[in-house]
Amino acid sequence: MTGDAGAEAMTGAGHAQLEVRGVTKAFPGCLANDDISFRIEPGEIHALLGENGAGKSTLVKIIYGVLQADQGEVLWDGKPVTIHSPHDAREMGVGLVFQHFSLFETMTVLENIALAMNDVRDMEVLRKQVVEVEKTYGLPLDPDRHVYTLSVGERQRIEIVRCLLQNPKLLILDEPTSVLTPQEVEKLFETLRRLADEGCAILYISHKLHEVKALCQKATVLRGGKVVGGCDPREETAKSMAEMMIGQKLTAPDRGNDRTFGDVRLEVSNLSLASEEQFGTDLKDVNLTVRGGEILGVAGVAGNGQNELFQALAGETEQFAAPDNIKIDGTSVAHFGPRRRRRLGATFVPEERNGHGAIPDMSLAENGFLTAFRRMALTARGLIREVPTRSFADTIIKTFDVRTTGAAADAGSLSGGNLQKFIVGREILQDPGVLVISQPTWGVDAGAATAIHQALLDLAAKGTAVLVISQDLDEIFAICDSVVVMAEGKLSKPRPMADVSIEEIGLLMGGLHDLDGDATPANGTLSTGGRVDQA
Amino acid sequence: MIRLEPRRSHSQAMVYLSPVLAIVMTLIVGGIIFAFMGKNPLEALYTFFILPISDSYGVSELFVKATPLVIIAVGLAMGFRANVWNIGAEGQLTMGAIFGGGLALYFYDSQSVFLLPAMLVFGAIGGALWGAIPALLRTRFNANEILTSLMLTYVATLFLSYLVHGPWRNPEGFNFPESRPFPDAGLLPIIYDGTRVHLGTAIAVFVVIAGWLLLSKSLIGFQLRVVGKAPQAARHVGFRQKRMVWFTLLLSGGLSGLAGLFEVAGPIGQLQPSISPGYGFTAIIVAFLGRLHPVGVLFAGLIMALTYLGGELAQISLGLPSAVTGLFQGILLFFLLACDVLTKYRIRVGSVATKGGAV
Repeated sequence: MTGDAGAEAMTGAGHAQLEVRGVTKAFPGCLANDDISFRIEPGEIHALLGENGAGKSTLVKIIYGVLQADQGEVLWDGKPVTIHSPHDAREMGVGLVFQHFSLFETMTVLENIALAMNDVRDMEVLRKQVVEVEKTYGLPLDPDRHVYTLSVGERQRIEIVRCLLQNPKLLILDEPTSVLTPQEVEKLFETLRRLADEGCAILYISHKLHEVKALCQKATVLRGGKVVGGCDPREETAKSMAEMMIGQKLTAPDRGNDRTFGDVRLEVSNLSLASEEQFGTDLKDVNLTVRGGEILGVAGVAGNGQNELFQALAGETEQFAAPDNIKIDGTSVAHFGPRRRRRLGATFVPEERNGHGAIPDMSLAENGFLTAFRRMALTARGLIREVPTRSFADTIIKTFDVRTTGAAADAGSLSGGNLQKFIVGREILQDPGVLVISQPTWGVDAGAATAIHQALLDLAAKGTAVLVISQDLDEIFAICDSVVVMAEGKLSKPRPMADVSIEEIGLLMGGLHDLDGDATPANGTLSTGGRVDQA
Repeated sequence: MIRLEPRRSHSQAMVYLSPVLAIVMTLIVGGIIFAFMGKNPLEALYTFFILPISDSYGVSELFVKATPLVIIAVGLAMGFRANVWNIGAEGQLTMGAIFGGGLALYFYDSQSVFLLPAMLVFGAIGGALWGAIPALLRTRFNANEILTSLMLTYVATLFLSYLVHGPWRNPEGFNFPESRPFPDAGLLPIIYDGTRVHLGTAIAVFVVIAGWLLLSKSLIGFQLRVVGKAPQAARHVGFRQKRMVWFTLLLSGGLSGLAGLFEVAGPIGQLQPSISPGYGFTAIIVAFLGRLHPVGVLFAGLIMALTYLGGELAQISLGLPSAVTGLFQGILLFFLLACDVLTKYRIRVGSVATKGGAV
């Protein structure tokens, strides 16, 4: 399989910009990279595909000099090189845009860029260079804005400008679009294509396959630390690439035919709540209803108030809203803590697994007990009932096919996908009337994601009201009945999934709430992203 | 080159090995210090650690000293599990002694069988009240309980000093700064004749068992552990941190107060300016050495009690200063904290990464 990609590349003239030969890297108890070989030509946009844990990050760290390979070699312009540190990599011409930005919120764009440069002599010269790069590559960004006023998309632009200032010959992007609206993604792709036209090689890491298909000319697929194939994404479908990644056939979740909805089970009305985080987003007059049997999706770019909405619904906030702002099955609950809300039949799955949804260094039995002890009657006279507690965990493990050594295993020993299955299973088996779930398949392998989606659909079919907060539009289109979009702490009006397009949602994600009218967005407004107040 | 390499998961073996390792290293360093002071290290260590418990009376004294350490440390361990850092057990011990002892002094000619039980209750209440102050300051004003509880220790010891120098001084005591002796009805019964082992020792064993049940088997113990390990998860399921601050400070304060009462109603028999050789502080080491687990605390309490006995003997027969007890306790805590690093990291010599098999 590798032969295809390799042989094709061999016929090209000259040296590859980067070639990796037989790279192997072992960690204690885990072979992260096993004899990996691939090459990128100058001007090529190359996708690195693979599920979590397939070894993508390890490979990138080796190329960027963060880790050293145990075996194998890296060739740059056809010459073997040893990359000792990220500094070496940057000198050589490798730029890396991280998934998580390392920016100082209270400093300006220019100051942040200056901090990352190896030597800055004159801020005015740097400012000119920055403006020039921004103009050349269509990355509008005011060098004097403070970072905390910027949208996530704009923050990413800082990282890209940082890299471009060093004239990279290879630019690596790690999941760059997970925080962008579809329109911002298109804008980013334009920049990347222009860069490639100028001869810069691009290594693009993503699990969003339709984006890979739209952008990349070549792909290397990793699974379990090995290269399992190469392809031309333009000639594949998203499904065929996904199947290559997970190594098995993929089945779309079964949505059932007749979805009927019952009474309203979760009702949020006029909910306004100040964020308890320093740079958080306040909730502004949020309204939504979810009926029994309905799955409502909350789309939006991260950081637009989704965390605050989840905390308000789960009762995690220090300050509560007025009682009537949130109703579960008709009972006003906004002044209740989490335990009383759960007693009324609501369950919750937060975005973060470790330390929020589960406790890594406690056993699965204890983690099952954590949220279920009242609804599953796991205590008696203030003491933990050991046997039912263990068997509840065993039931979750069996019903949701959690791969583990048993209920006594620490939650932290499970892979992300298995732990997420356990957490989702724990809440579903409590037979909830309302389930609020945030980023249900974030960082979860495709097999587990499918299982979780199906479980949510089955739960809704039994009459539960399900609220899914997700940044992943594919996920929302796959399982939701209707969708609302969150931007700047406000919610759009709900729309049935059947008559809404991805472009429309994208516009709403950019903060335009008046699409019902004839307001045509002016060009350029879109690219400013979610939470910007343009001065 | 020696490096620390993160372990993939916490080493359960190291959790239990670390205290043993720390004790061994303490002995080695202790021997070196003795050698520098011109003593034969082996003989000195023998005097310090073996001689005190080489007869049955010595062993009984070990139990007497371990009693307050174990009772206090069980309470502290609960708090430390929930990230509530009560450093003021010494002050709570003192207040317990003042409250319970005050009752005995008020009824100094009583022969009632209810006096002693009432003193136990008052002792626990006194300690709990002294623990309630840091709890209030923490939950209402977010004041750090490490500082407030520590500072209140000095308030309590000075208050005791004032009482025994002034209003509570024994009128027949030739102006010595000490209270009347407690009446017989206000003294703890000796449970083993010919020794000083008193009822408090039996209660300490009961406290260990109850503490173990509470921590490992009860919902409230579960809440303590969750609040300590994952505050965000605790908030998610509605285990309130403030409630845990109150619970652990009242509990550890109450137990410290009880331990203080046991000292004055047991071995001492009256109120004096100084009623504890730092049991409240040593108990912090006991709690950590016992892995914040009540059963571990029982063993750690016996070991730390030995440093008191050994220190006394070293003063008498080797002519070493009394600071040697504190020195050993400090070295032990130091090595324990250092060895605990090994539960999360392993030591690698050289820079070659070993190859693991694929999983």
